Amino acid sequence: MADIKLKPVEVVVVGVGVAGSIICKELAAAGMQVVGIERGRMIESRNDFAMPYVHDELKFEPHRSDILQDLSRETMTFRNATSERALPMRLHGSFKVGEGVGGTGIHWGGVSIRFLPWDFKTRSLVEERYGKKMLPEDCTSQDWGLEWDEIEPYFDQYEYIYGIGGKAGNLNGVIQPGGNPFEGPRSREFPNPPSGHTYSGSLFKKAAESLGYKPYPTPTAGMTQAYTNPYRMNLGECVRGGFCGSHGCAMDAKATPLSTVVPSLFRHENFELRTLCNVIKVNTDSTGKKATGVTYMDARGREVEQPADIVILTSYAFNNARLLMLSGIGKQYDPVTNTGAVGKNYAYQVTSHTRLFFEDKVFNPFMGGAALGLSLDEFNGDNFDHSGLGFVGGGYINAAMSGAPPIRGTPVPDGTPAWGSEWKKNVAHYYNRTFQLSAHGGCQSYRTHYLDLDPSYKDAYGLPLMRLTFDWHDNEKKMSAYITQKAAEIAKVIGASRISSHPVHGKYSIVPYQSTHNTGGAIMGEDPSTSVVNKYLQSWDVSNLFVVGGSAFPQNSSNNPTSTIGALACWAADAIKETYRKKPGSLV
Amino acid sequence: MSEHSWGYLTPPEVRFLDAAVSRLIPADELGPGAKEAGVTVFIDRQLCGTYGVLARSYRMGPWPEGTPQQGWQCPLTPRDAYRAAIREIDAHCNKLHQRPFSLLKTEQQDAILKELQGGKIELEAIGAKVFFDLLWKNTKEGFFADPIHGGNRDKVGWKLVGFPGVASGEYKQHMTPENDNVAYKVEPVSLLDIEEQRAALNSQGFPKHIMLKKG
Repeated sequence: MADIKLKPVEVVVVGVGVAGSIICKELAAAGMQVVGIERGRMIESRNDFAMPYVHDELKFEPHRSDILQDLSRETMTFRNATSERALPMRLHGSFKVGEGVGGTGIHWGGVSIRFLPWDFKTRSLVEERYGKKMLPEDCTSQDWGLEWDEIEPYFDQYEYIYGIGGKAGNLNGVIQPGGNPFEGPRSREFPNPPSGHTYSGSLFKKAAESLGYKPYPTPTAGMTQAYTNPYRMNLGECVRGGFCGSHGCAMDAKATPLSTVVPSLFRHENFELRTLCNVIKVNTDSTGKKATGVTYMDARGREVEQPADIVILTSYAFNNARLLMLSGIGKQYDPVTNTGAVGKNYAYQVTSHTRLFFEDKVFNPFMGGAALGLSLDEFNGDNFDHSGLGFVGGGYINAAMSGAPPIRGTPVPDGTPAWGSEWKKNVAHYYNRTFQLSAHGGCQSYRTHYLDLDPSYKDAYGLPLMRLTFDWHDNEKKMSAYITQKAAEIAKVIGASRISSHPVHGKYSIVPYQSTHNTGGAIMGEDPSTSVVNKYLQSWDVSNLFVVGGSAFPQNSSNNPTSTIGALACWAADAIKETYRKKPGSLV
Repeated sequence: MSEHSWGYLTPPEVRFLDAAVSRLIPADELGPGAKEAGVTVFIDRQLCGTYGVLARSYRMGPWPEGTPQQGWQCPLTPRDAYRAAIREIDAHCNKLHQRPFSLLKTEQQDAILKELQGGKIELEAIGAKVFFDLLWKNTKEGFFADPIHGGNRDKVGWKLVGFPGVASGEYKQHMTPENDNVAYKVEPVSLLDIEEQRAALNSQGFPKHIMLKKG
């Protein structure tokens, strides 16, 4: 029994990050009574990220940063294969999940590329173009059940909330010069102009164009000019100070939940935010078909029950899936029998780097900001013919100036001694004489990549940790080799003195940072036996429960997930306030 | 080092670290090394704080070693790791060369560090490579972190690579085609400079950068 049982409210939103803040705002603005519950603390740009103290690289180093998840309270366990014993992720490494109001959306890198239309229908489009044998036999990727035309207006809505800067490549089906010709048709231009000139970007552009590619300015959540969003939030122009990813922004020049949404929530008397409250369960009635609210542990350690008509989970993919597991909602996925859907289709992204070292060029790598630079899409998704290549999927290649403070990276050419005078000499010489091309690849879902509850390790409340089982699949290794080779070819045309190019190989490790782009576990689909939520992010099992976030992706795009998470949040909010509220029950 | 009161490290540990970080990032013709930069002071301060006990890490057992892909599985905190490992490494050096690490010739020190890095020395309390990786990570942090944390004294790490420290608010104006391939050379500004009022801030909190003379 809970220590405290509160009065019922209309809506409880669990996790106030990118998805949660938008849903809170949209529902509160529609007059619904909303309580947002956040496990972490309140974070305010003007205090937490005040200049000049936010320009302290060590403070935001992942083993020290206090805007990342406090792993002493809860983490996950990890193994490469079901034959291994999973062990706890004791320190942040491969990914950096956030904690506190704003969540992972505070320290993100701001890359704001929409998913490709292909990402939503990977299985059917691959089978249509290449036949049923093209996808690996153990591949469990599936269509989302969502049409591009349905979700496009919500990408648009999100981009205007976040003030994304970019150049359209496809306006209502008409290809636009200077933009990405491979993007899905968009209904209007970006709200802000594209980011401007970088030296590395200009070298990349020239080389890529000489090879016949069409590089375009990477859409960015770094403000390319001062901007006021539809929630009347004022964002500053990015000055490219270079302490961006891992850091918050003192200038509110990076779109984050804090700069775009959260302060505007407090204009609504029908909204309440509760911080330092960690939801441990979604409660259901005796039928198991209706959510009755949530139970959380508050800052004083009391167990509190908050009854609600509608429960919306909007935390990080891992935690959305784990909360369903801890609550016994839906059937746990089992890779042996291939049944159940909760925890199914965990996917990641496959990022490789091709680094160019020069003797006669300098780049001032400490200057930069969110996603500042250029990308090309010729080798993304199914934008190229895969016949005979032996893999599906692809990635985008980009050259970014996102800031390079020296603890994070003092790259040296392959073969340089790991320490000592020779290392020091190379660091001194190359810190300013290098940049990299990233080949940012997608990841299909497979039968043995999944999430479930760990049988032995527990969190601070005595509840089981979530267990992640994941490794690189041959399909993704082949894909990474292919697109990394394409990046290396561009590097050769640019003409560096030394080039280090390393596709993904061997086993996946949770140690080196790769990306905070973890997806799946509560996936969207058309069939309740193979998905957790329907196209409106509504639980198949419990119709007054919605699960929104990267958890819903049936497989992972190569494009960064935040725009799509934002679009899904706008889409779900619309379905709840316009349809569900008037007529509760299944929306499909 | 005499002006620093050691919060955690013992005198033999200070001697070990001064010697070890001097080999990892040596003083040479390019300028001061890690010892001169105050990396030992940095490590001492880190071990006194929340990092010393990895306060935000998951610390419940059991603690099997696991695979390399599963990451840090060491039951020791960094504080305990430094204490236990340095004692054992000095004992190893005494046995091998009749001297603690700090009194070995530099070639001998380099050989010991390489063996630690390759996991070729058997330590009881902690994997040799696990300790080496921790020491090397903390050494680089101490060499490149803002001097407010006790290392990177006189901003020697930043001067070595040309990192300007706290950004000015004017980088965007520098990122133009005319400035392509032009090094932005300034006297770096640290939080310590700002605290000690050696650098002025504008109304938005950005310092003014003083350009270094060309050449």
